Amino acid sequence: MSEAAKEFWNGVRAELPLLIGVFPFGMIYGAVALNAGLSPGASQLMSSIVFAGSSQFVTAQLVHDAAPALVIIVTIAVVNLRHMLYSASLAPYLHDLSLRWKALLSYLLTDEAYAPTIIKYERDGIGPFSHWFLLGAGFSLWFNWQVSTALGIFLGAAIPKEWPLDFALPLTFIAMIVPILKNRPMIASALSAGLVALLAFSLPYKLGIILAALTGILVGIILESRQSPKGAQ
Amino acid sequence: MNIWLIMIIGGLITFGMRFSLIYLFGRFEVPETMRRALHYVPPAVLSAIILPELLYHNNVFDASLGNTRLLAGIIAVVVAWYSKNTLLTILVGMTALLILQLL
Repeated sequence: MSEAAKEFWNGVRAELPLLIGVFPFGMIYGAVALNAGLSPGASQLMSSIVFAGSSQFVTAQLVHDAAPALVIIVTIAVVNLRHMLYSASLAPYLHDLSLRWKALLSYLLTDEAYAPTIIKYERDGIGPFSHWFLLGAGFSLWFNWQVSTALGIFLGAAIPKEWPLDFALPLTFIAMIVPILKNRPMIASALSAGLVALLAFSLPYKLGIILAALTGILVGIILESRQSPKGAQ
Repeated sequence: MNIWLIMIIGGLITFGMRFSLIYLFGRFEVPETMRRALHYVPPAVLSAIILPELLYHNNVFDASLGNTRLLAGIIAVVVAWYSKNTLLTILVGMTALLILQLL
């Protein structure tokens, strides 16, 4: 086996445990996207055009709530902002690659591909074929996400329309945030955002969500800086 | 604007953010304020979606005990807090809603 192939399969192997965890979410996404009113084609292609789990769930929710396009797009951007951090973190390891490689690996740069890759790069450093590791991790996740989405759409179509499947969306969000509410700024950020969202519910164009999210982020930053004045950290 | 346009623009923005600093390596650093702000994106955005979903029913505010989604949501929060298990939270929350709707 060539060095490149070896690195590729190392990446796939490192990704395997994550694939098992991600598969059910791809299925849930496929089923709820369909239930939220997206066509099977749109539900499936969102998994390759956007290819970012949490923002796909959020998009399905907002389409279900009939939010206007601009609000959905701004929300996708805010939810996916963290990818800039992954991009910054991997940049020094990828800067010798061609533009084509950089673009391909960027497209595949999800939370789940980033995690094993940065651990590997920081531990072993990089060699001439290291980028194949990220390709292996990223591509196996991509493939897994497409297949699980398809299966979810297939199964979702068989679930009776009366079932409250749309409730799986807020439940997924609850499961995502409750475990990270570990300190006061986090809790205050969540509570203030939730409160503003309730108060601003009747604002047109679902603008309440964006107003609420910005309030929550601001409250979090302000409380954090009060808690740890400069130099104390 | 239709769903396809939303997906294409959303996809381009997402790709742009993933590509941005790999492309700009050495010419731009992520500001510290933005790093901090990013910690609060998940709690802020997701709570802004969750609370109205649980407390508004057909566009009417409903904080009563008859609101099955609110009760099932509270159960899910408790399960998430103690188990930290995503699939279990979804499963228990969904089952709770189905049972509460039958009662």
